[in-house]
Amino acid sequence: MRAIISVLVLAVLFTACQNSAKKTEKSSGEKVSLTAAGATFPLPFYNLVFKNYTESKGTLVTYGGIGSGGGIRSLTDKVVDFGATDAYLEDKQLAEMPAPVVHIPTCLGAVVIAYNLPGVDELKLSDELLEKIFLGEITKWNDPQIAANNAGLKLPAKDILFVHRSDGSGTTHIFSDYMTKISTKWAEKVGTGKSLNWPVGMGAKGNPGVVGTISQTEGAIGYVGSEFAFSQKIQMAKVQNSKGEYVLPTIASVSAAAKGSIPDDTRIMLTNSSDPESYPISGFTWIILYKEQSYNGRSLAQAEETVKLLDWLVSTEAQAEAANVNYAPLTEDAAAKAKAILRSITYDGKAILN
Amino acid sequence: MNSDKITKIVLFSVSFIILFIAGGMVFSLVGGAIPSFKTFGLGFITSSQWDPTEGKESYGALPFIAGTLITSFAALIISFPLSFATSLFLGEYYRNTRVAKVLGTMVDLLAGIPSIVYGLWGFYVLRPFLIDIGFENQGFGVFTSSLVLAIMIIPYATSLSNEIISMVPNDLKEAAYSLGSTRYEVIMHVTVPAARSGIFAGYILSFGRALGETMAVTMLIGNANIIPDSLFSTGNTMASVIANQFGEADGLKLSALISIGLLLFVITGIVNGIGKLIIKKMN
Repeated sequence: MRAIISVLVLAVLFTACQNSAKKTEKSSGEKVSLTAAGATFPLPFYNLVFKNYTESKGTLVTYGGIGSGGGIRSLTDKVVDFGATDAYLEDKQLAEMPAPVVHIPTCLGAVVIAYNLPGVDELKLSDELLEKIFLGEITKWNDPQIAANNAGLKLPAKDILFVHRSDGSGTTHIFSDYMTKISTKWAEKVGTGKSLNWPVGMGAKGNPGVVGTISQTEGAIGYVGSEFAFSQKIQMAKVQNSKGEYVLPTIASVSAAAKGSIPDDTRIMLTNSSDPESYPISGFTWIILYKEQSYNGRSLAQAEETVKLLDWLVSTEAQAEAANVNYAPLTEDAAAKAKAILRSITYDGKAILN
Repeated sequence: MNSDKITKIVLFSVSFIILFIAGGMVFSLVGGAIPSFKTFGLGFITSSQWDPTEGKESYGALPFIAGTLITSFAALIISFPLSFATSLFLGEYYRNTRVAKVLGTMVDLLAGIPSIVYGLWGFYVLRPFLIDIGFENQGFGVFTSSLVLAIMIIPYATSLSNEIISMVPNDLKEAAYSLGSTRYEVIMHVTVPAARSGIFAGYILSFGRALGETMAVTMLIGNANIIPDSLFSTGNTMASVIANQFGEADGLKLSALISIGLLLFVITGIVNGIGKLIIKKMN
């Protein structure tokens, strides 16, 4: 018995020594590495800019694309320096977090309505058509209601196959948020969420699965994250925005969605934006982190590096990279608000950036 | 300690580890499944509602249980003539010939192909083909998945039946021949009856394999959370809904997915149990 106790005591002492050794190494500011996890939607953007950051500043940043839900869980469990999510935390979720959390918008993306009808370009979809197609009320492409909205297009007598995501996804969340805003029927029957009780259609896994299925099936229509759709040769529909304009998803029209007023905490769904040039199914993606960075024995250096990286991420230098990987950069207003939030982050009550 | 004792201890502890792992799996599955069974009760098994929307969450496993059983049965039925004929060919007609060796290797090779490759083949080759010949409209659904599943499970039934068929004692067959039986009669009245429990075990094994198959089915079944109303309807299976949805699942939904995993575990257990019972009866 005594032997066991002494072994335990030794083990505790040993780990304690190790911990303190680690801490001193960190606070001396030698080498800090950052770990983050979350949404897969901004993954290509984060991969690119974090790699650039590591090359220029020497701080190693590891980002795991495990999904928005996983990002929130990882931050709750305090196993990452920051998390990432496509859907902002609702007030209730914020209250459930162990400490106050702030949102930093990092770029904009959109959800594209992709379809496969050879020879039918520039399909125009009004709110009403979106509602009826995705609720299964219109089942044929040559339906007079589609034709009335698309004069001059030769629509085939093919069945409409709606392809949605079979996995939970932030893309589905933005898409369904938009549908809920434009259609009361959708709001009642289906609602908003990362995965839904679909009235019609079939599911495919991930953006690649949806695009693969659409491009293999004539008459298919579905929604795809812009970051993936823009890199594919696929037909995209013009969607009617709240000002009645039919807008094609482009980097510029997606960025325009953030031109309206944004709340100071940046928690807003940008879908159905009031800007006349905006593509209506657009949205921010966020990084989330604790407002008070001194937790779990994190060093000041670790906290400083975290905030510095994020401050750089919303700077014009990093934002200029967004379009290269098919994301829309933050508007000046959004970037300014993000910077203000970063300046409110503290370590032991003192602001880290000034 | 003598070497006999050491061997015994090592073997015992290794087998115990396996028992421990299996037990641990059941334990954690049951633990994870409790919240959803608490919320929905047995209705979880009989409800066909799968609504993950926040605020009106409601989960039922019936569409997935139905999808799993229908695709697996259909696959078993489609694969039966193919694998039964092949095993007779290999184990009886062309036993120990070069042709049988080549064919046998090819069949075994089928078992070694990763299921994602079957899925790709189904998606890019079989599905367009079924549409082209006008057999299917969209090509996604129960029929296409069952067809690919059938091909995937052929080697399991074939290898085992072939093995058993070629093990039927020659004395028995020679006795039948000496009574004036034709080859067909020998097969039907001697070989197959003598090997039937082994043949049956082969089909149970392949059915179990079809139940748990995930990737290829996910790519072809259409992932619509409904009870298939025809062979050409889309649907979803238990393994495929878990693979698709666990990534972003939490809370009640995660528990519902774990419950489906538990049900799959139970169904596989029941199938194996029934199989063993029938084999016992046959002998």
